[in-house]
Amino acid sequence: MLTLLDAGRPVDVAARTDGERVTIPAGDVERALGWTLTPEGLCGEGVCIPLPAGSSVGPDGLDLATLAQALDRPLALDTKAGAAYLGGATGERRRVLRSLHAPDFTLPDLEGRLHSLSDHRGKKVLLVAYASW
Amino acid sequence: MDLPVWQALYEELKGHGFVVITVALDKSADDARPWIEAARPAHPSLIDTRHVLADLYNIVNVPTVLWIDAQGRIVRPNDVTFATDTFKHVTGLESARPLAAIRAWARGETSALPTEDARRLQTLPSASDQQARAEFGLGQWLWERGQRDAAERHFVRAGELAPHDFTIRRGTMPMRGIDPMGPEFRRMLQAWKDAGQPYYRPLPDLPG
Repeated sequence: MLTLLDAGRPVDVAARTDGERVTIPAGDVERALGWTLTPEGLCGEGVCIPLPAGSSVGPDGLDLATLAQALDRPLALDTKAGAAYLGGATGERRRVLRSLHAPDFTLPDLEGRLHSLSDHRGKKVLLVAYASW
Repeated sequence: MDLPVWQALYEELKGHGFVVITVALDKSADDARPWIEAARPAHPSLIDTRHVLADLYNIVNVPTVLWIDAQGRIVRPNDVTFATDTFKHVTGLESARPLAAIRAWARGETSALPTEDARRLQTLPSASDQQARAEFGLGQWLWERGQRDAAERHFVRAGELAPHDFTIRRGTMPMRGIDPMGPEFRRMLQAWKDAGQPYYRPLPDLPG
């Protein structure tokens, strides 16, 4: 068992761990990330992403590092704690920022009410990141 | 603390189709609560324990301010902007000029930066920055579950991957039992100054 965090959203998946190598069954990859494992690679929403050259899907499923590599996403892994985090793809982040379209986000206030940047479309927004530290 | 000034600026300019959104990159809502309750903001005042905003906008320190126009376009990218002169003796940065520039932009007296200038002044994340954010994300999740030793491993690795990222190195200090105003922070600050203040610097040309 491993908790796979998809940019913060946790899904428990069946995982086989051998040292630092973690293998996840195809069905759990789909359940956690929405990608279906096919002979063409990882498929979803009308696109297929081929797996990296030389990689293959074994009887236990797909190697987690190979999965992260195929999706161009950073992987932080802690086999001892049984948790892994797939972060934001560098290429995607760079492309979006380069477009100058402000990425939307949804975050809570002190009372837990959710607010999105897109709620304020039509207004000029001064976005201020700060911290108490 | 700058929050009361941002609230006053919002009240002053809201009639011009202008809103302020403040986002606290803190380990819990309770860390930011006293500051927010004292400022009584009428604008959205949000809590971001997982650094969602830092990830999406490549924010590496606070305070970081962006200007976003009514069409949702970034018209002034990440900039270090203080609303008060509280830290002027440390940073050398005054608040009067940026506040005047924000007022002029909000009132429509000046436009913000042309697209090419906005792009030129952006700092984009590297693969190492994003790996650091994944390590932070895992560490923060483990820390919330009380797995402090496991969290520590990933906070340390995140700091090694992105040594310039104060939101990671300084932002995790309260979770790691390290004083965020103490010697470790001062060493980080000095290293950043010695390197010519890269990544996190006031943008050169304020309009208005």
